[in-house]
Amino acid sequence: MESTTATAKPQFSPAAQAEIKRLLTHYPEDRSKSALLPILHIAQAEFGGWVSPQVQDLVAETLNIKPIEVYEVATFYTMFNLKPVGKHVLEICRTGPCMLRGSDELTEHLERITGAKMGQTSPDGVFTLKEVECLAACGFAPIVQVREKYYEQLDTPEAVDGMLNELRNLVHRPILPWEETGLATSPAASRF
Amino acid sequence: MGRKLLTEHINVAGIETFDVYRQHGGYRSVEKALKMTPDEVVEEVKKSGLRGRGGAGFPTGMKWSFLAKPEGVPRYLVCNADESEPGTFKDRQLMSKLPHLLIEGMITSSYALGANTSYIYIRGELLYVLRILEKAIAEAYAKGYLGKNILGSGYDLDLHVHPGGGAYICGEETALLESLEGKRGNPRNKPPFPAVQGLYARPTVVNNVESICAVVPIVNDGGDEYAKIGVGKSTGTKLISACGHLNKPGIYEIELGVPVEEFIYSDEYCGGIWKGRDLKAVVAGGSSVPILPKELILKTAAGEDRLMTYESLSDGGFVTGTMLGSGGFIAMDETTCIVRNTWNFSRFYHHESCGQCSPCREGTGWMEKVLHRLEYGHGSMHDIDLLVSVAKQIEGNTICPLGEAAAWPVAAAVRHFRHEFEWHVTNPKEATAPGAAYRGAAVLA
Repeated sequence: MESTTATAKPQFSPAAQAEIKRLLTHYPEDRSKSALLPILHIAQAEFGGWVSPQVQDLVAETLNIKPIEVYEVATFYTMFNLKPVGKHVLEICRTGPCMLRGSDELTEHLERITGAKMGQTSPDGVFTLKEVECLAACGFAPIVQVREKYYEQLDTPEAVDGMLNELRNLVHRPILPWEETGLATSPAASRF
Repeated sequence: MGRKLLTEHINVAGIETFDVYRQHGGYRSVEKALKMTPDEVVEEVKKSGLRGRGGAGFPTGMKWSFLAKPEGVPRYLVCNADESEPGTFKDRQLMSKLPHLLIEGMITSSYALGANTSYIYIRGELLYVLRILEKAIAEAYAKGYLGKNILGSGYDLDLHVHPGGGAYICGEETALLESLEGKRGNPRNKPPFPAVQGLYARPTVVNNVESICAVVPIVNDGGDEYAKIGVGKSTGTKLISACGHLNKPGIYEIELGVPVEEFIYSDEYCGGIWKGRDLKAVVAGGSSVPILPKELILKTAAGEDRLMTYESLSDGGFVTGTMLGSGGFIAMDETTCIVRNTWNFSRFYHHESCGQCSPCREGTGWMEKVLHRLEYGHGSMHDIDLLVSVAKQIEGNTICPLGEAAAWPVAAAVRHFRHEFEWHVTNPKEATAPGAAYRGAAVLA
């Protein structure tokens, strides 16, 4: 149910609507605005990985709040993309402990391979490079996050190639309840 | 090796499922607590000496005892799973591998606090962990450990997981509550404290993931038993996230009191500095705590061995000491440029400042800019003093501690590595060559 033209009004799919309904039961009835962040995540996953003003208006309508209340939240939290993105957003951690283990070199390498500069989408529309701050994976640095998956210990070209190859064949699914769990942590994270 | 109160079974196959977790002693603390009064449970936590494991180290039992209990007003327990302090990655492991440990802790703690609805606020980036938690929560409901009349006790509890959206500031408890209410993560003025007016303006306790998990062994074995482990006012075990230039980075559950030197060099823990290099500096408790040069992290200024405890790491205050903090232990080898690292952290804080308070919003921006020009060879001697001056003007003048968190690393870096900063000014060509690092002596006092 993607918004493909400027005039087509976006709508949530039935599955997304069911999930939103479930989420609303988590909060007191008169406090449904608490569901705003989870619903924005659902919206971003439904509508191509970003939240346009029309999508934000849809979220406002869903929660019966003013559009500004959604705009101010969507612009505050870094996970929400406010412009169109490629098929996969490579979120590269740039904070201290990752820098100590080569995140600068990883970024340069990814810019070269994908043809995208930091903050931009590759010419083939597959990869968008995004810089993010500490992802709580410092012991397995350097790392890239793509949607929900953590790709850790990307300190060799082989590791990076492995990630990119996996991504070329991957199609992101919408965000649905926990039955969809099957997402592995990376092998590095299981070393305790 | 040291007792593993939390992570003993972390590598057991299937431990993330209810049945396997139960087989290994899981949910005993719930059964035990429900036979005690809530106040008795609070008393055990007080006796344990448990201190908040998120970074502030505030005594958990004392925080619980502050909770206001007006008649007919719902109370909340909110778990702070927003783990975002650079260098810290222990809560993620706890939740993803031992989800039932956190859930068990939440049930026992919620009972003690009289909360009938509790939340786990987890950073949005950890969506896969949120899924794991939701699955485990569904199992707990199915087995009768959540929901109405738990184990026939008459106690009801609903537990929900709630995602953030990418904001370090939401690890600050009042910003977290604002975010949980569906707003921008702007911290609130305190007082009123969350214990009086928290989530939805109702009495609320916010605790870190590891603190909640620690309630399980505390209730199982008693607070006095927990307090037998550790040294002084640093009781029990703590998960240390070790990272940076180590041979064996990772998460280590240690009994508080292990010597820092042993933690860094022993094969039982981090296995020493990688690539055969020398240690240069350590940030011991997450990026917000003062950086210390090698000499001062291994021994106090008085020459005593430094221990992994709150007291020992704070010995010397901010002149020659640091803090245990979140336990995000970042080690830096001799090839590290301290100026570059400080600039990196200052960029982080500037990026993460919510923008409410001028000293923080402007101050973090200034520090980032000044550090940038120092790092890239355009700085002056005056810039070094300017950094110290800006840091001082932020401290104590902000609504929340992010200001201090941004100021302390800068002040400490200049205090102990001033010669390195000066070298960037006097020898810019050398200092900005790729891979350049200052090898001279640190300032110890």
